[in-house]
Amino acid sequence: MRAVRWMKGILPPLGVLAGFLLLWQAAVMFFGTKSWILPSPLAIFREGRASYSRLFDNLESTLGITLLGFAIGSLVGVVVACLLHAIPGMKAGFYPLLIMTQNIPTIVLAPLLVIWFGFGLLPKMILITLVCFFPVSVALLGGFARTDASMLDYFRMSGASRAQQFFKLEFPHALPSLFSGLKISATYSVMGAVIAEWMGAEMGIGVLMMSAKATYRSDRMFVSIFAVIIASMLLFSLVALAEKLIVRSSGSREEERR
Amino acid sequence: MNPSAFSGAEDSSAYLTITDLSMTFRERKQEEEVLANIHLHVAKGEFVSIIGPSGSGKSTLFHLIGGLLQPTSGHIRLEGQEITGKVGHVSYMPQQHALLPWRTVRDNVILPRELAGQSRAKARKESERWLARAGLGEYARSYPHVLSGGMKQRASFIRALLSPQELLLLDEPFGSLDELTRLDMQRWLLDLWEEEKRSVLFITHSIDEALLLSDRVYVFSNKPTTILREIQVPFARPRLEELPLHPEFVALKQEIYQSMKAERASFT
Repeated sequence: MRAVRWMKGILPPLGVLAGFLLLWQAAVMFFGTKSWILPSPLAIFREGRASYSRLFDNLESTLGITLLGFAIGSLVGVVVACLLHAIPGMKAGFYPLLIMTQNIPTIVLAPLLVIWFGFGLLPKMILITLVCFFPVSVALLGGFARTDASMLDYFRMSGASRAQQFFKLEFPHALPSLFSGLKISATYSVMGAVIAEWMGAEMGIGVLMMSAKATYRSDRMFVSIFAVIIASMLLFSLVALAEKLIVRSSGSREEERR
Repeated sequence: MNPSAFSGAEDSSAYLTITDLSMTFRERKQEEEVLANIHLHVAKGEFVSIIGPSGSGKSTLFHLIGGLLQPTSGHIRLEGQEITGKVGHVSYMPQQHALLPWRTVRDNVILPRELAGQSRAKARKESERWLARAGLGEYARSYPHVLSGGMKQRASFIRALLSPQELLLLDEPFGSLDELTRLDMQRWLLDLWEEEKRSVLFITHSIDEALLLSDRVYVFSNKPTTILREIQVPFARPRLEELPLHPEFVALKQEIYQSMKAERASFT
């Protein structure tokens, strides 16, 4: 039964996607579009198969810095949120500034980071951390703030200590919020990694894109784009899987909210 | 009748003693007096109910006793010891069950033991007997979302019972239940309490419920809330299921209803 329902969910969007690719292929063939402007899906697929091993090595490198940056950035995000929540007065002082700094697209700092820290791992980690930590912090702080009032009353009346209140109530209560923040920053971290590679790196999907751009190889560009999309989806699914494993009875929580 | 006259001379046997308690909320220069000169007490092992119209500051009173709020004036004492504004001295059962959805039913009911520093393993073992008493034995390892409304309230009550604190504050625990479940729950609570005899302060807006369960009943007025009446419930225990049909019960119920109605009429 579950398999049937799953198929019913996944078939319609797959159909639409297949239709789109067919239309693309047909349009390119019909209008005879030059491949450096818009290559056909088949041409992209052929290029992808031909450059498979090179692509894979570069993807590995990009995924490496993505995962490391994502881990550091999320950790910073969690720590910042916990500090702002736990220390009285901190949130009032820092939260508005935090929101304000996020109106600056942090990506514009990338060239500056290159001047300061060169082309190594450090500026890339800083960039990914900058784009990652914010969604995590905001989501977690939001989760803390939404702690159920009657549960909070119960804990306080029972004489729970501040630490007990945090670890037994507020943190577990905010876990679903934390994961929605992590899902956003998972995709952000892939973007951050690729842009960091544009600024200068030895390897990675970003480097492939730069060389494809220099040689007008649109087919290679598309292969890289698809690689980035796949990396993004992969990381997102990993976070979603972790959520399923860690947030027990998450289905029940949805029910509670209804 | 002067509201402070009947409970003014506190007997020393009282477990919880509230004297001259007043609470005024100030918000943007607007003052709202919620409680005015409340005197009440609960003896050890006594079941005391508070009936009052909705919005009559009953929950504020519980927040004061629980130490979440500081009263404008007055004292709350437990066995003579001042607990005004102090948390951790009472066991509280909120209106909504407030079970934690990420904990199993068993781990929910042992929460107060955990907060008091007891080991999980020991508390879990002890909880088995209580969960069985609540008909929740087979749900011990389930999560609260699979329980019905009545079962959730039972689990929430067991959690309150497992608290090391003697006094139970029950805030309209059956308010959200349908009539049939509510009657079942009253019966269940009555049987359980008549064995355990914990000190209970119980908020309800049902006169029936108050008379069926309690030893004494305080009738609250509208805001600013004062105590309209204190009633010693004369029915012997164990209380039978037919009690609400007894003429004396009906007469008492009518009497309370009339005084609440008269108060409302004078208020508007």
